[in-house]
Amino acid sequence: MQVTINGKPEAVQGGTILEILKAKDISPQMVAVELNSKILERDELASTVVKDGDAIELLFYMGGGR
Amino acid sequence: MPFIPDSEEQVARYSRHILLPEVGGKGQKKIGLAKVLIVGAGGLGSPAALYLAAAGVGTIGLIDGDVVDLSNLQRQVIHQTADIGRPKVESAKARILAINPGVAVDTYYTRLTAENALDIIGRYDIVLDGVDNFPAKFLINDACFFARKALVHGGILRFDGRVFTILPGKSACYRCVFKQPPPPGLVASCQEAGVIGALAGVIGTIQATEVLKLILDRGRLLTDRLLDYDARLTRFREIKIARNPKCPLCGEHPDITQLTEHEPEVCAVKTA
Repeated sequence: MQVTINGKPEAVQGGTILEILKAKDISPQMVAVELNSKILERDELASTVVKDGDAIELLFYMGGGR
Repeated sequence: MPFIPDSEEQVARYSRHILLPEVGGKGQKKIGLAKVLIVGAGGLGSPAALYLAAAGVGTIGLIDGDVVDLSNLQRQVIHQTADIGRPKVESAKARILAINPGVAVDTYYTRLTAENALDIIGRYDIVLDGVDNFPAKFLINDACFFARKALVHGGILRFDGRVFTILPGKSACYRCVFKQPPPPGLVASCQEAGVIGALAGVIGTIQATEVLKLILDRGRLLTDRLLDYDARLTRFREIKIARNPKCPLCGEHPDITQLTEHEPEVCAVKTA
């Protein structure tokens, strides 16, 4: 199915948000995940199944400033 | 010093602002009366302080507990080679006054802590986040929420930057997105990661622009949307952020009801 991840169209196998993170080798502790403009709770990652056309934003921590 | 409309020197200095319908003499007066706190006189704080001083912001507060180091000069453009070893707040103050002697500069040669944050932030109208670590970013977000002060958040890492403006209680806050700092060692944050120097200029300058818009009450702020800049691709992207009802700070059932500090230091991906 086709989803958008950080603004880029991507074909994914489907499954849950957590599975998509795992496939990308991203630890859930490293990102905040927004699905269709709503921030997901960390415990929702494993229970949220992606649907065709979903817009996913993976927001990484960005701590610098100096 | 507030802007004096009948001073020839002042009218000339701010003429390119005064020409703008969104600013004018009235707006320039507002800028002159504004009090802005810049937390961190480093990569983001440098360009922000330079532009806000040049713009005629009446009072600029600078808080930073560090001294200028040789490795800062690649991006912290307010400091100069001769300033190495000098407290950053002093070096920055000297440079601000050289640009615009009319600015009142308050310096705090210390770190922002849970103990001093509300007192210091309470003296200003707007806060600009230019710090380099997560505990401080969360502390600033929380303190601005409790003090109800507008906050312009900024972050940079490698080739990526981010700006996000927060009107506490009205728009999404940092914790609406990130509930708490990342666990130590997982996320590169400061010294060890590297950053392209000019990126700090882009992000710090956007932050300064947000501050001026807040002062002038003009334009559309970066509230409820996060601006993401990828310098590798020269691409700006906007991500909509809604207020999170489950936010531990500004949500419906907040867990955080007073100011506390997260353990420093999350910046544990050490190279040395």
